[in-house]
Amino acid sequence: MTQLTRRDLLKHAAAAAAVTTGGLLLPQRMAFAAVGQGDARLVMIVLRGALDGLSVVPPVGDPAYAALRRQIAMPPAGSEGGVLPLDATFGLHPSLSFLAESWQAQQLTVLHAVATPYRERSHFDGQDVLESGHLRAHAAQTGWLNRALMQLPGPRQRDAGIALGANIPLLMRGPAAVASWSPSKLAQLDDDTLQRIGDLYASDGLLSRRLADALSADAIAKQAQAEDVDTQAMAGPGLRGAAAQYTETVQAAAGFLRRPDGPRVAVFDTTGWDTHANEGAAQGQLAQRLKALDGGLRTLRDSLGPVWQHTAVLVVTEFGRTAAINGTGGTDHGTGAAAFLLGGAVRGGRILANWPGLSASALYEGRDLRPTTDLRSVFKTVLRDHLAVPQRHIESQVFPDSKAAPYVADLMRNASA
Amino acid sequence: MRLPGFFLSGVNRRAACYVAYVMSSTTDAVIAANRFGLGAKPGELLALAGGARDALDAQLQAPVPQPAGTLKSSAQIVTAIADARRQQRQARQAGATPDVVAAALNLGKVMRPLYVADCVARLQLAVTSERSFIERLVHFWSNHFAVSVDKLQVLGLAGAMEREAIRPHVLGNFAQMLQAVEQHPAMLLYLDNVASTGPQSIAAQRLRRRAAARVPGLNENLGREILELHTLGVDGGYSQHDVTTLAAMITGWSVEGGDGVLADGETGRFRFREALHEPGSKTLLGRAYTQDGIEQGQRALRDLALHPRTAHHLATKLVRHFAGDEPPPSVVQRVAAAYLKADGDLPATYRALLGCHEVWEPQLSKFKTPADYIHSIWRALALPVADNARALAPFDQLGQRMFAPGSPAGWPDVSAGWDGSSALLKRIELTHGIAQRTASRFDALALADASLGSNLTSATRTAIARAQDGVQGITLLFASPEFMRR
Repeated sequence: MTQLTRRDLLKHAAAAAAVTTGGLLLPQRMAFAAVGQGDARLVMIVLRGALDGLSVVPPVGDPAYAALRRQIAMPPAGSEGGVLPLDATFGLHPSLSFLAESWQAQQLTVLHAVATPYRERSHFDGQDVLESGHLRAHAAQTGWLNRALMQLPGPRQRDAGIALGANIPLLMRGPAAVASWSPSKLAQLDDDTLQRIGDLYASDGLLSRRLADALSADAIAKQAQAEDVDTQAMAGPGLRGAAAQYTETVQAAAGFLRRPDGPRVAVFDTTGWDTHANEGAAQGQLAQRLKALDGGLRTLRDSLGPVWQHTAVLVVTEFGRTAAINGTGGTDHGTGAAAFLLGGAVRGGRILANWPGLSASALYEGRDLRPTTDLRSVFKTVLRDHLAVPQRHIESQVFPDSKAAPYVADLMRNASA
Repeated sequence: MRLPGFFLSGVNRRAACYVAYVMSSTTDAVIAANRFGLGAKPGELLALAGGARDALDAQLQAPVPQPAGTLKSSAQIVTAIADARRQQRQARQAGATPDVVAAALNLGKVMRPLYVADCVARLQLAVTSERSFIERLVHFWSNHFAVSVDKLQVLGLAGAMEREAIRPHVLGNFAQMLQAVEQHPAMLLYLDNVASTGPQSIAAQRLRRRAAARVPGLNENLGREILELHTLGVDGGYSQHDVTTLAAMITGWSVEGGDGVLADGETGRFRFREALHEPGSKTLLGRAYTQDGIEQGQRALRDLALHPRTAHHLATKLVRHFAGDEPPPSVVQRVAAAYLKADGDLPATYRALLGCHEVWEPQLSKFKTPADYIHSIWRALALPVADNARALAPFDQLGQRMFAPGSPAGWPDVSAGWDGSSALLKRIELTHGIAQRTASRFDALALADASLGSNLTSATRTAIARAQDGVQGITLLFASPEFMRR
């Protein structure tokens, strides 16, 4: 048998699929949704475990803040390990240098005291509500972003999304077809074996489609990585383990999104934000994670190139953490959280926070930052004004029972609605 | 199976009947080992060909095995947690720095070896069991009553719960399994019931009299999940009032040797704390409960276990698990009726399922979960299970870390939860790695016959026969559509 290259294999698989009924064609599969370079892109990053909004966007100007947080309180701007200033009340954690630059460039909107309708303190139920878009946990098997993909205007909207990861998170599950991708050791598999597996799947609709999806996603990711050599150099040498995998995931997301024929929406998640003990302040556990997150966002911007102008990135978590430090140098599950909306398409440079304050009487149930903004308001507005999902579909299909969450004015630079 | 016409003429009629009999008995054998079991081990299909349905029934007639090895009881495990907490308290009282205090409570360090030991023993049993239908049922009920070890408190306890509360009742009565699970420390900790306190309980009243800053209250977590996940099902016709009521009924269902006010007792066993219990009669699902203390919750659970909506919910899940993502309503109805008729007796329920002709159709109706994909490969190759965390790596790699479904709802049980494109690639990669390590010891075609039997398609047989080497042959076998499904 002659040596097949990966490229030959893709071509061959496409040709084979062309004559079968169930098979889907690789080059066609690569043409995810035929979007234009100028079309809006959305990246959603779910931080699982409940990000501590009061350390990430510390309200250093709030009179109650320092006493509540004691040794993990962030120092004010200008002092040793101090926050990067945003306004008189808020700063950014000093690990977030890229977010600070985005703020300067008016490409970052900071959201604070936000929450989904969920008011308990269980991670899984909180994430379920965050992702399903329903009022309570386990109310649906589909995610709001998938349901939104079904309502995207234009032709071939069904392949508009990709989930970075082996399995698809609830947020992206549902009627719209969504591919998944995660770093793989596919290189160890020779093309001949892959080809034979592809042949074996020829009469199996589901598996041939999945394999074609996987190979095309892998090819795009490889290509993106090859183009990203410069970016990798910028991210710095010596990245290993989880950090390297994270960078790879971010670059893959960018690689998919910047293709004119790629998906318009990418989703991935990171874990480890459940800082019950030894949380740290300017240095420490949380600072390390934030640094990695910030670096990843910078990599995303750099890798997206001109497409960044048309991109919005939502960074969200299931709920916040307690206002006060606990007995183990950390914080426990809370309610009101912080979130970020950034990107070239964002009308940034402002804080969206109806700040309730941290005084004892202002705290929710005497312990948590009181939520004052419904996170669904932000999601709905991004869908309507950025991805041009029709409002009536948002209300009926994507976020049912969300009348209590009004749209937010002027969130995006070029509202397309 | 359509037979050529000449087969049915004259003296060949008897031969035709014999062929049909052999065909159905080998099909039954594959279904018994693959759909109802964890995959065929070498020789298993041949052994089952003599009567696969009887063999499954026979599996229901002996006690449920326990994993081998010296595994700790939940009481010992909770005691270890309490010890770690005590050391932390002592460090704090001794004026240690916050870092030292926090380090004293390294739950992960205490619990991880226990978790690994339990998982390895469970895997060992799954891979070697001669009664893998029983192991499937154990895994099914364990997932029905899921606790997820991403909540660190239950990392060491999930396996113990399966051993102590699930296995003893898998061939018993659901009502008893329900009681055992809801009183198990793992479930009480996982769904936050240990400190749930009735608003009118002795403890709450005492604190109010003292004008305490914080008076503990009800935690609905377990009460809600009992109704929504464990018994009636999400559409089971209960209200928020029922959730609150059931939560109040099980206030005081706690664990000995906890933290703070729960520090009395040492053994880490279930303990009913009268002082936390909400007194008085209550009405659940329209029925009055006048019992006192622990009996009220126990009576409510007994009624819930035998509720027709529970029967329907459990039957739907069982049929979906074994017979297809879209469970046929007629099968669900028969299984639910058998469950109710037998007052929650589980073997009678399983027998009703096995008695439905729909579940013996040869069409492959389920996409294997990653765990069962791994189990079936290990069984086909009779691979040894490493006695350490390395044995669990394939589960992480394929996205189904043992006892870590991430939610009390458990792992998904439909194709959509597992058939992502990247997930498929991961299976192929895993398969290829295993083939590289094992190919020299196996003949791929013989392996295919021994593990897939009549499920092996001619396309896969041809592909394996034409493979350029043993590695490719075994990769093709395990990547084949019929090995991915059951």
